[in-house]
Amino acid sequence: MSDTTVINPHGEAEHSHSPLDNQLFGFWLYLMTDCILFASLFATYAVLKNNNAGGPTGHEIFELRYVFLETMLLLFSSFFNGFAMINLSLNKVKQTVLWLIPTMIFGLGFILMEINEFSRLIIEGNGPDRSGFLSGFFGLVGTHGLHVSVGLIWMTVMVIQLLQKGITPGVRSRLLRLSLFWHFLDVVWIGVFTVVYLMGVM
Amino acid sequence: MSHSDTQHDVHPLSAKSYVVGFSLSLLLTIAAFGAVMSGALTGVTEIVAVVLCAVLQIYVQLHYFLHLDGSSEQRWNVMSFAYTVVIIALIVVGSLWITYNMHKLMMPGA
Repeated sequence: MSDTTVINPHGEAEHSHSPLDNQLFGFWLYLMTDCILFASLFATYAVLKNNNAGGPTGHEIFELRYVFLETMLLLFSSFFNGFAMINLSLNKVKQTVLWLIPTMIFGLGFILMEINEFSRLIIEGNGPDRSGFLSGFFGLVGTHGLHVSVGLIWMTVMVIQLLQKGITPGVRSRLLRLSLFWHFLDVVWIGVFTVVYLMGVM
Repeated sequence: MSHSDTQHDVHPLSAKSYVVGFSLSLLLTIAAFGAVMSGALTGVTEIVAVVLCAVLQIYVQLHYFLHLDGSSEQRWNVMSFAYTVVIIALIVVGSLWITYNMHKLMMPGA
């Protein structure tokens, strides 16, 4: 993990890339491919949006107050995660864990609200098989929710690793990548609440 | 980027960056939901306002939360992101363009 500074012929300091930098960049490239996955799902949703097949429209099934609360939970979660990363950069194990716990609780709250919304829709007969619009909706929003769920499992594992191993280079690297993942999911959610929910009820 | 093994941080992390990013995100979220829920705006104005809020918030979060900026450490992250934006535009705009025309040309009476 050592880092060397060399002076190039132009007299500028150049930093060689540590394994950690490469791991973070590699993970960043994965996130970029994930962007393309979401772009495809957004495009699918946008194409199918008006195909209700006699079923409900977004205007009839979306509850904006509910979605606003979901959005707040995810935004606060992303914010708390930032504070966990600040404490990680200060090598404070306990404080990192103490900030990761509310990050997880708020993330879990978001997922539980989404599961509640999905089950209510399915019970009412408005599941993904009802219409093209609902297929696109469940596909896009469900894929985002699946990502958040995986992030929560990852975070649980990292809290255990922090408590057992402390801040080792490996644990730090995994936490920094998890942080990128978590912030990235909040960025995708901006697109979801704007395109699906806000535009859905207009 | 890093200075020693013990003080390895990837970005100079400051609480200020997260507080500013969070406050701006909060304001933009409230503005977007407020515009739709209050019914203050209608039609194209409403869509433009909501999309503008979303684009600004995406920028805010990329900058303050994901620390994507013009620094040399971030050069390849920014480049790969710019490339991804082009691909996203092709997928989304292309899909909508094609299906809109198909719908218009192939659905009798539509």
